[in-house]
Amino acid sequence: MNRFIDPVARLGRLVIGGVRHAGAMALFAIELAWVLIPSWARPRDIAQQVYAAGVLSLVIILVAGGFVGLVLGLQGYNILSNFNASESLGVMVALSLVRELGPVVAALLFAGRAGSAITAEIALMKTTEQLAALEMMAVDPLRRVIGPRFWGAMISVPLLAALFSLVGIIGGYLIGVVVLGVDQASYWGQIAEQMEAWDDVGGGAIKSVAFGAVIALIAVYEGYTAEPTASGMARATTQTVVLSSLAVLGLDFVMTAFMFGA
Amino acid sequence: MNVQRGVELVVGLFVLAGIAALMVMALQWSNFGASRVSGYEITARFDNIGGLTEQSPVKLAGLTIGRVDSIELDSQTFQAEVHMVIDDKYDNLPTDSFANIYTAGLLGAQYVEISPGGALESLEDGDRITMTQSAIILESVVSKFLFDKAKE
Repeated sequence: MNRFIDPVARLGRLVIGGVRHAGAMALFAIELAWVLIPSWARPRDIAQQVYAAGVLSLVIILVAGGFVGLVLGLQGYNILSNFNASESLGVMVALSLVRELGPVVAALLFAGRAGSAITAEIALMKTTEQLAALEMMAVDPLRRVIGPRFWGAMISVPLLAALFSLVGIIGGYLIGVVVLGVDQASYWGQIAEQMEAWDDVGGGAIKSVAFGAVIALIAVYEGYTAEPTASGMARATTQTVVLSSLAVLGLDFVMTAFMFGA
Repeated sequence: MNVQRGVELVVGLFVLAGIAALMVMALQWSNFGASRVSGYEITARFDNIGGLTEQSPVKLAGLTIGRVDSIELDSQTFQAEVHMVIDDKYDNLPTDSFANIYTAGLLGAQYVEISPGGALESLEDGDRITMTQSAIILESVVSKFLFDKAKE
C-alpha cells in the first residue's frame, strides 16, 4: 500500500506468525504430555528409538568430543603457561566441558544428526498418510509413533553429552599430558579437587536433559505438523535444526544464569 | 527377533556407558591416573601444609623426584605428617635435607621442594626429614605485614 507502512505490516505478520507457532507448539506439548507415560507400555519401541537417535549418533559425538578436547588442551595450555599455571589445565578442560561444551555441543550435533532425521521420518509418515491410516485403525499415532520418538531423543541427549565430556577430557589429557608434558597427577588431581559432583556434573546433566526435551519436542512437532508435500518436509527438517539450535543456545544462557550466575 | 535382541543389547550398552561416564565424572575420578611411584618412603612434619594433597609432586631443583603418598594428622604434636615416596633413582639425598612447601606460580598447585643438605649419610626408607618449612599462607603474610606496619 504505502512503502512506509508495508515493512511495518510485514514485521507484524512475522511476529504474529512466530507467536502462533509457539502457541501451537505449546498446545501440542500439552497433548503430547498426556501420552508420554502410556508410551512406556511398549518399552521396545522406545529402545528402538534410543538406538536410532542415540547409538547411531555415537560416532559423530565421540569424534567431535575428542577433537574439542584436543583443541581445549592446546589452547588452554598456551594461555595457562603464560601464568605459570599449566598444572590447572585439567580442571580448565574438565569444567568447560562438563558445564558448557558437553551439553551444548552434543545437543547441537544431536539436533543436526538425529533431530532432523526424526522430523523427516514423521513428516514422510504424514505425507504418505501412514499416520492417518493408524488413526483409521483406532491406533493413536501420538502414542505409538510420536511418544517413543520423543523419549528416544530425550534419553539419548544426556547420555551423549556425558560421553562427549568424558572423551573430551581424555582428549585434553592426550594433548596436555602426553604431548605437552603437563604433570599427570596434577591434571587428574586438580580435576578431582575442584570439580563438584553435584554443582558441576549434576548441573551439566540437568542442562542436557532440558536440551534433550526441547530438541525432542521441536523435532516431533515439526514433523507432525509438516505440510504433506516434498517442500513441506524440506522446510520442516530445516526448521527443526534452526529452531532447536537457537532454543538450545538461548536456554543454555538462561539456565547458566540461574545455576552459576548468583 | 534376533535383530530386535541385538538392538536391545546395543541400547543397553549405550545407556550403561552414558551413566558410567556421568558416574566417573561425578565421583571425582577417585584414583584415576594416580600413578603409584615405586620407591622409598620418607616422612616430614609440617605446621601447615596449605593446599598440599595426595599425589602432589615432590621436587628437587624443580625436577619431580617423587609424590606425596598420604597426609595425616599427628595427634600428639598437632602437626601434619606427610608421607612421600621418592623414586629409587634418587637414593643419595643427605639426611639433613630441608623440606619446604611452595606454590607453583602465583596460583598454581602446591608441592614439596627438597633442598639437599651437606651430610654424608643418605635418607633411607622410613626416615624423617626434621627441618621443614610450612606453606606460606598469603593471609598470614598480609596480616603480619599490616601488624608490623601498625606498630611503627
